Amino acid sequence: MKRRWTLYDPRLAWLLVAPVLLLLIFFLVLPIAVMAAYTFFTFVTAGVETSALTTANWHEFLTDSYYAGFLLKTLRVGAITALLCGVLGYFPAYFIWGTTFKHKWLLLLLLIVPFWISFTIRTFSWINILGEQGVINVALLKMGIISEPLPMLYNEGAVILGMLHFLLPYMILNVYVSLEGIDRTLISAARSMGCTSAQAFREVTLPLSLPGLAAGLLLCFVLAAGSYVTPQLLGSGRDALFGNLIYDTIMGELNWPMGATLSIVLFLVLGSFAAIYTRFMGMSQIVKGLGG
Amino acid sequence: MPDRNDLSEVPRPEAAGAARSAAALGGGIGAGQPAVEFRDIDIAYGKFVAVRDFSLSIAKGSFVTLLGPSGCGKTTILRSIAGLVDISGGQIMIDGRRVDDVPIYRRNIGLVFQSYALFPHKNVFDNVAFGLKYRNVPKPEIARKVGQALEMVRLPGSEKKLPSQLSGGQQQRIALARAIVFEPQVLLLDEPLSALDANMREEMRVEIKKIQKETGITAIFVTHDQEEALSMSDRIVVMNAGAVEQIGTPQEVYETPATAFVADFLGKANMLAGTVSRSGQAIAVTLATGQTVEVACPRPLAQGSKVTVVLRPQKLSVGTAASINRLSGRVVSASYLGGSAIYEIDIGGKTIIRANAPITGRVLREGEAIDIGFDPEDCVLLDEDGRRIS
Repeated sequence: MKRRWTLYDPRLAWLLVAPVLLLLIFFLVLPIAVMAAYTFFTFVTAGVETSALTTANWHEFLTDSYYAGFLLKTLRVGAITALLCGVLGYFPAYFIWGTTFKHKWLLLLLLIVPFWISFTIRTFSWINILGEQGVINVALLKMGIISEPLPMLYNEGAVILGMLHFLLPYMILNVYVSLEGIDRTLISAARSMGCTSAQAFREVTLPLSLPGLAAGLLLCFVLAAGSYVTPQLLGSGRDALFGNLIYDTIMGELNWPMGATLSIVLFLVLGSFAAIYTRFMGMSQIVKGLGG
Repeated sequence: MPDRNDLSEVPRPEAAGAARSAAALGGGIGAGQPAVEFRDIDIAYGKFVAVRDFSLSIAKGSFVTLLGPSGCGKTTILRSIAGLVDISGGQIMIDGRRVDDVPIYRRNIGLVFQSYALFPHKNVFDNVAFGLKYRNVPKPEIARKVGQALEMVRLPGSEKKLPSQLSGGQQQRIALARAIVFEPQVLLLDEPLSALDANMREEMRVEIKKIQKETGITAIFVTHDQEEALSMSDRIVVMNAGAVEQIGTPQEVYETPATAFVADFLGKANMLAGTVSRSGQAIAVTLATGQTVEVACPRPLAQGSKVTVVLRPQKLSVGTAASINRLSGRVVSASYLGGSAIYEIDIGGKTIIRANAPITGRVLREGEAIDIGFDPEDCVLLDEDGRRIS
């Protein structure tokens, strides 16, 4: 006898998940697998490679300190950007959470509005602000405060600034969501037991919003370390990050096996950060969920 | 029943009208200063007035309940003592000291919330020790006091556990321990039992009362549950729409409700409208349904005055036991409660009377004829404005 289909049938569940699974397999897992295979291909000359298997690409990556230096610099810039996002993003999130303004949704909408404009255009806009003919330099020159334009563009600071610009909303939203999850009577309780509002923040609000802050830090770090448009537009050659190196290797040198190797390296490094985070913060999130 | 000796120093204004003078009396009468005193408190949120002209004085060591429906302002008053709500007029005194401009963290008050409000990221020890830490108590002393408090709420040895590892009842015990461990001047309980299931609630009721007695702490309890109020309190403040309806012992508010609201809110009293048809010591009231009953009246009433006769379901006798003021009707519904039964009785004129009577013989069924009666002394008379005639 054939079993009848019900709403909670496990077969139905698989059927519903299938499109996503197929999508992930064909457009994520498989391409990565192909790239992983490519790392063992032999580079002959620009644009030519053979499928003769070799470990030469990995050998080159692991022995040439040029690559390691690039990786460290990328991680450093990513970490600085993430930390700045954390410091600068916590306050707006806290403000939106704490405000008695009736239309809170409007403030949250303001965070999302920048996403309506292309990321590339937003990055370009900094050239008009920081450049030699940009708003700041022209204004300062006209006022006679400076005699020649300040070099504000095409350095690491500009790259970090550009990344802050596009990453801050992610940080603010993450922190806001975790603040919103805090039971406000906890703060009243802390206050009634003798805490000033600053002490109550330190004892209750901050620790309970840490999961959101940590999630924001991870997100900003991974996105910053993986970015390549921002350094390309706002940085000089010296400010190139690992993403630019990959771009150069593949599009410039046409060395696909090495480009694939570098891509897999970045994927593994950033992936392991995400894995460590999930392992570490995932646990405390569960505790928080049960305690709330 | 609460220990009435505790209350001897406390004035007991009975009617809403007397509530205002309570503050004045409270300051002067008796040996002790009141633990908490409200003088003409007004609390408004923007244009909405949550509490109007609230005055109350609470004796040291007593257990006072603010009882009323949701939105009556009881929680707002509680929060105003803690400093979580700003008052817009009047004064709040704790142990004779004015506190309404003292910041919340300097008021020495223990607060227990409906949602427990335990810190989920701190273990039981750190939760209970929290108030002591901010009072600069030395560490060994903190450990000793936390141990004692946990002993008192019968959860010793739970120091290392996280709140999420405790049941609702246990969490509420920890919340109680946390609120009393630093020996606050007043303990405030904001519907602490309503998140618990029925069995747990009854157990905690006894527990809270016991701990309050043992520590001698002044407690202010907020609830909308009349049973909790009646069983735990030394005094009950019945509130409605931001104002006091009646202040009195559980027995007083239950048996001699000052207003129609109190009579209805506490124990669903029967309210029978009628007109005085014969005045005198025992007046006769002709009910709207046509029957005439005799009731005791504390003062003579003019013939023709409109009154409401308030009758508790428990004070009605049913069947053959109904001798005086006998009213005949039919059973509309009968609920069997084991020892007694609750009848809803149609006495004509679209009037339904609830009677809660011990079962003698068998439980009557729907549609059967039934007689009810009551003693002339066992009812309360309200005037046209719904105030008790005294």
